[in-house]
Amino acid sequence: MALDSRRSGALVGVAAVAAVLLAWYLLTSVTGFIGPTRFPAPGEVGAALKQIAFDGYADGKLYQHVLQSCKLILMGFAAAVIVGVPLGLAMGFSRRIEAFVNPAFLLLRPIPPLAWIPLAIVWLGLGDAAKILVIWFAAFVPSVINSYTGVRSIDAHLLEAARTLGIQKRRLWLEVLVPGAAPHIFTGLRLSLQAAWTTLVAGELIGALQGLGQVLNVAAQDIYPAMILVGMIFVGLCGGGMTWVLGRIERYAMPWRRA
Amino acid sequence: MAPYPEQAELSGREFWTLSFLGLLMFFGAWSVLALSGLMPSMFLPTPWAVAERAVELTFHPFAGYTIQVHLISSIGRFLLGFGLAAAIGVPLGLAMGWFRWLDAAVTPLLEAVRFVAPIAWVPFAALWFGTGIGGPTLIIFTGAFPPALINAYRGARFVEPRLIEAARTLGAGNWRIIVEVLLPASVPSIVAGLRISAGLGWQSLIGAELIVASSGIGYLMVKGQSSISTTTVMSGMIAIGAVGFAIDVLLRRLQRRIEAASGIGE
Repeated sequence: MALDSRRSGALVGVAAVAAVLLAWYLLTSVTGFIGPTRFPAPGEVGAALKQIAFDGYADGKLYQHVLQSCKLILMGFAAAVIVGVPLGLAMGFSRRIEAFVNPAFLLLRPIPPLAWIPLAIVWLGLGDAAKILVIWFAAFVPSVINSYTGVRSIDAHLLEAARTLGIQKRRLWLEVLVPGAAPHIFTGLRLSLQAAWTTLVAGELIGALQGLGQVLNVAAQDIYPAMILVGMIFVGLCGGGMTWVLGRIERYAMPWRRA
Repeated sequence: MAPYPEQAELSGREFWTLSFLGLLMFFGAWSVLALSGLMPSMFLPTPWAVAERAVELTFHPFAGYTIQVHLISSIGRFLLGFGLAAAIGVPLGLAMGWFRWLDAAVTPLLEAVRFVAPIAWVPFAALWFGTGIGGPTLIIFTGAFPPALINAYRGARFVEPRLIEAARTLGAGNWRIIVEVLLPASVPSIVAGLRISAGLGWQSLIGAELIVASSGIGYLMVKGQSSISTTTVMSGMIAIGAVGFAIDVLLRRLQRRIEAASGIGE
């Protein structure tokens, strides 16, 4: 029952993945138990991947869709972080700013980012600007909340020491508050990034000219399950890839926390 | 005490004055933008126009139904998807916390789909289950399932080992250990996970309804958007926010009660 060694655990994992892949192959290609209009066979997925990579699909080749989606994510995410992190830090440090900003923030916070999509479309149409706005909303809230929590979690002794030693405001921010809040800030960034991807895919599914969501959208309309799966795989790869990069940045930015 | 004057607790009066000023700023800026014509009222209606429209929607059907009926159909889908996620995720999580082989087998599969945003399941959901109840329910499920599972798993993994040893020594089998030891001990973690699940599920529901539904609050907003009725869209946003908030408050209450009962909350 209980497996002691890590190796047998990994073995079970590999076996499970292999079993699922084999079941997929058997159910689709070999027996045809699951029809091609329901779920694609492995060969079809390969063909779809080749088609989108070399010939293009949904008005663009794979790399163009990927670049388009990543570009929008980065723009919306960066804008949210640039506004959200300083706001959260300020709210965490000053009770006055917190009291002033919090009510409006509390009113807007329960509205899920996806619910901003129709409004963004009314305001800005189906172009990039609407998506960047919605991604901004999605990434903004976690940035603010976690930066706020980060400042609040700083050990009061550190702040006392800083004050007693007569630190200037600029250095207080750069050398005490920001590094002190950094672990929470990065947690917020990770959550922001996930929210941003969900929102982007939804936004592109609703209407776009290019992007991974648009690939999904066109593939759904064409009832082309293999291409749907390719789109999903790349949504996962891009989201995972960006999270990995953020993790590297986190390690680099906080050398004192490296194990 | 707070080392810096900025961090000092505000007096009640100062706090409420500032909070009130903040709200006033928010609604003031909104009204001024709307009234001055900087943003045409078609795109940015005044707050009171939105309030009026929200009330009107309760007795004037829009996109087929009144806003309450849309909300009820959304909540029904939500409960179904969320219920399924909890009913599958929690037992599976507990079992993964107990049986190492199950953990080893399921974790890599979950890792493989972890980064696929729930909304990306929309095309398959529509293809497999249609756009009525089944499709949106699958989307809610994919949003709500991971936190339900992960928290049950963590809860089961961090159960006091002495409890398990005691149960074992007294001759409890796997089933009894899971149901009578792991489950009660991980309830706080499970409920915390369900709160996250509910939030993500509700959010995914809105996404699903924006894309593939023929009723529901998201559908109401899409219709409002295509007829450029900004007041309708904003009414929908308010309704979504209010229901999401209510769900969270209910679950938070439940969480507090359970924590108090199990002695964690003190």
